Amino acid sequence: MSGVAAAAAPLALPKRRRPIVVLLRRAWRLPRTKVGVLLMLLLVGTALIGPFFAPHDPAAFANIPYGKPGGSTPLGTDALGRDVLSRFLWGGRSILGLSTAATAIGLVLGVSIGLVSAYSRGLLDDVLMRIMDVILAFPSIVLALVAVSTVGPKLWLIVLVVGLTTMPRVARVTRGASAEIVERDFVQAAEALGEPRAKLLLGEILPNITSPLMVEASLRLTYAIGLIASLSFLGFGEQPPAADWGLMINENQQGLTIQPWGVLMPVIAIALLTIGTSLIGDGLSRASAGIDRTGGE
Amino acid sequence: MTPPVLEVVGLRVEVEGRGDDIVDDISFAIGAGEVLGLVGESGSGKSTVGLALLGHTRRGARITGGEVRVEGRDILGLSPAGLRGLRGKTVSYVPQDPASALNPALRIRTQLEEVLETHAFGDSRAARAARMREMLEEVLLPSDDGFLRRYPHQLSGGQQQRVGLAMAFACRPRVIVLDEPTTGLDVTTQAHVLSTVRDLCSAHGVAALYVSHDLAVVATLADRVAVMYAGRIVENGPERVLFRAAAHPYTRRLVEAIPEMSGRHALEGIAGTAPRPGQRADGCFFAPRCTYAVEACTIELPPLEQSGEGHFVRCVRHAEISALGVSERRPAPELPEPDTATTLVSVRGLDAWHGDRQFLFGIDLSVLPRQCVALVGESGSGKTTLARCIAGLHRDFKGELALYGKPLAAGARARSRDDRRRLQYIFQSPYSSLNPRKTIAQIVSQPLGLFFDLDHRETHERVVATLERVRLNPSAMTRYPHELSGGERQRVAIARALAAEPTLLVCDEITSALDVSVQAAIIDLIAELQREMKLGLLFVTHNLALIRTIAEEVAVMNAGRIVERGKVEDVLASPQDAYTKALLADTPSMELALAAGA
Repeated sequence: MSGVAAAAAPLALPKRRRPIVVLLRRAWRLPRTKVGVLLMLLLVGTALIGPFFAPHDPAAFANIPYGKPGGSTPLGTDALGRDVLSRFLWGGRSILGLSTAATAIGLVLGVSIGLVSAYSRGLLDDVLMRIMDVILAFPSIVLALVAVSTVGPKLWLIVLVVGLTTMPRVARVTRGASAEIVERDFVQAAEALGEPRAKLLLGEILPNITSPLMVEASLRLTYAIGLIASLSFLGFGEQPPAADWGLMINENQQGLTIQPWGVLMPVIAIALLTIGTSLIGDGLSRASAGIDRTGGE
Repeated sequence: MTPPVLEVVGLRVEVEGRGDDIVDDISFAIGAGEVLGLVGESGSGKSTVGLALLGHTRRGARITGGEVRVEGRDILGLSPAGLRGLRGKTVSYVPQDPASALNPALRIRTQLEEVLETHAFGDSRAARAARMREMLEEVLLPSDDGFLRRYPHQLSGGQQQRVGLAMAFACRPRVIVLDEPTTGLDVTTQAHVLSTVRDLCSAHGVAALYVSHDLAVVATLADRVAVMYAGRIVENGPERVLFRAAAHPYTRRLVEAIPEMSGRHALEGIAGTAPRPGQRADGCFFAPRCTYAVEACTIELPPLEQSGEGHFVRCVRHAEISALGVSERRPAPELPEPDTATTLVSVRGLDAWHGDRQFLFGIDLSVLPRQCVALVGESGSGKTTLARCIAGLHRDFKGELALYGKPLAAGARARSRDDRRRLQYIFQSPYSSLNPRKTIAQIVSQPLGLFFDLDHRETHERVVATLERVRLNPSAMTRYPHELSGGERQRVAIARALAAEPTLLVCDEITSALDVSVQAAIIDLIAELQREMKLGLLFVTHNLALIRTIAEEVAVMNAGRIVERGKVEDVLASPQDAYTKALLADTPSMELALAAGA
């Protein structure tokens, strides 16, 4: 009983939980989310803390090329004789940093465009969405290759291009989720009060679409990780002698039959990372679907 | 006396898993041709009881006890196949929203045939086709092929509900459950559908359970009425007895909350809210809100006791209370005298469009300071469009709009800050007019931030003062809208409007999404605020009975035109326009229903 009508009525214990907290708690109850978070923590932990435990300098030669595991090189050495374990421990930072930055750029741009599009409707909506469609029509890897081969393999360029290819998908989801919110009376009420448009979009509409956006963000992060790993595999990302998971696969692929660890470790890491982020996304989407069904609580 | 067609004994429905009861100890009987009105406010469990008569529950609920006997046979023990054979054939159901109950992709003929075929009604296709036409004629619909070929979206709301009725009556059921079948319909349509239901039930000897929150509708239709509160039947008796000499305090308060056409009495709401499943304490569930409560009420739930011929009450003091007779009621307060020196808002020759279609034609209307003007009409009459034009939410119009004699721009954003502040709009549904992601304090302070230059402490004080003004506990400030009841949310919406210190409030059907007792409290609040704050009020409603208590002047709208305007007493006493007359005649009214029976 939540009787706040009578000024004198005693209040029952209030449940003051922000809706976003409710979503996170619900998602956490699902086993898939726990597994996803665990994988994510494991790999982010490896990337961030790993370098402190690296036995060798990632760029230093430790043994003969394709050296067998053992001794001071527990996972053997790579094509140039550098320690695989050390390079693996060092190699996660760039991919994580770049993909997070790219996803963030994609989210900010996509959310802005989606919100403006849903709110304005009419011609502006059409123009914005058609532009998004055009970007969507290009395979993102091709777009990235074109940009990189014109300007050169710059890291900021990779982040920007991956961010831009993330943008249209985020914009579509944002627009779809907001289209229904824009019609609601509380938006009309803010409109009648004359609330500034930017405040209306960010204060009234955005908080109501956080659930689909969180799902979309984790999904986009998954794709960004894959895309950036592919770009560094192709040699457009971090440049040698830097340690990078995508680059490691490229460098060691020819020795796969002799010394597989140089390829296997980064492959496993990238796979687990993407599985982790997509499991989190899946957990969030299931939890938010449940929330929508029961109307908030 | 013939045995009842339907008998419910000790029915209990629980929340699955938790074991909290949604409804419990539900017992009643309905005879052939009889209509039992099951009345209750939202959350009282009335729809749960209605569905249980078909052996069905909503997801997450389970029938765990009692019997539902149809012609002596308990249907709760039936197998799923047995239940399927029963539903639609012996016990049928008419849902609340006909538009969502009919399949939009199938023609009317297909849907009607389906019912008959499923239950193998009639021997041949020809017999079924004949029955189909007969059914349509019974519910006063055309039965020609042209009509049968239509899709649901090609029918009006009233016609859709009649098709629903035809489907329910198709296999000549013994029991029919009607779950608020006229809620979404206009009064004129509602009156026709109700008389059809009544005629069909008495002609075919069907036992009907009419579930509704609208006591005036039930009073015109039902023979007997059962009142539900917090999952229990608190009173069950003949309609006349129940509405005139109710023995349960809740029933009495509910009757007092119904707006009267005569408007002699003030509307009084019931403070507090009903306990939800799992939160029901020992004792009478109504005791915390009851003015008659004594210590005995808090010890255990009273049993349903007989109080008179066919009249059962669940109250320890029912004998004393029914002896009280008609209770003393507060007379309706005087309406404030409008200020005739200036005009607050005036509309002249307003035409409005939605796309290519014109919805308003040459509207002239004015509201004086401190005056309440009611704008009455059925859905589609254009009353909301007019209100939205005035509020700056609908820009597609031509004509003059002025505030204190100065022209008002079309859209809210084109208006001056002061014009926006002076004119506040309250929406129909408090469920969608409050942002679910904002706290009550954030919602109420929104106009403060836009219109006044206040520091943090002043804002806080204003919010507290405004919440107190609408009788909300300031502790609600940190809550989110979904933690409040419908009535409380509407108070928050009113508080948001008041925070702007307006001179005109546009209220668009602000009580139509609320229960009667809550409606009464909100109307009472609005009337009081109007008096105290000297507000002009444009009160949009479809409920004629409501305007008498609050409005001084009324404008009746039909098909985009104002067909009649005048003082409320004059228009209600001697309507001039044919449409107003029809509207008045079709509005269900407690007083008329009781007078007719006397």
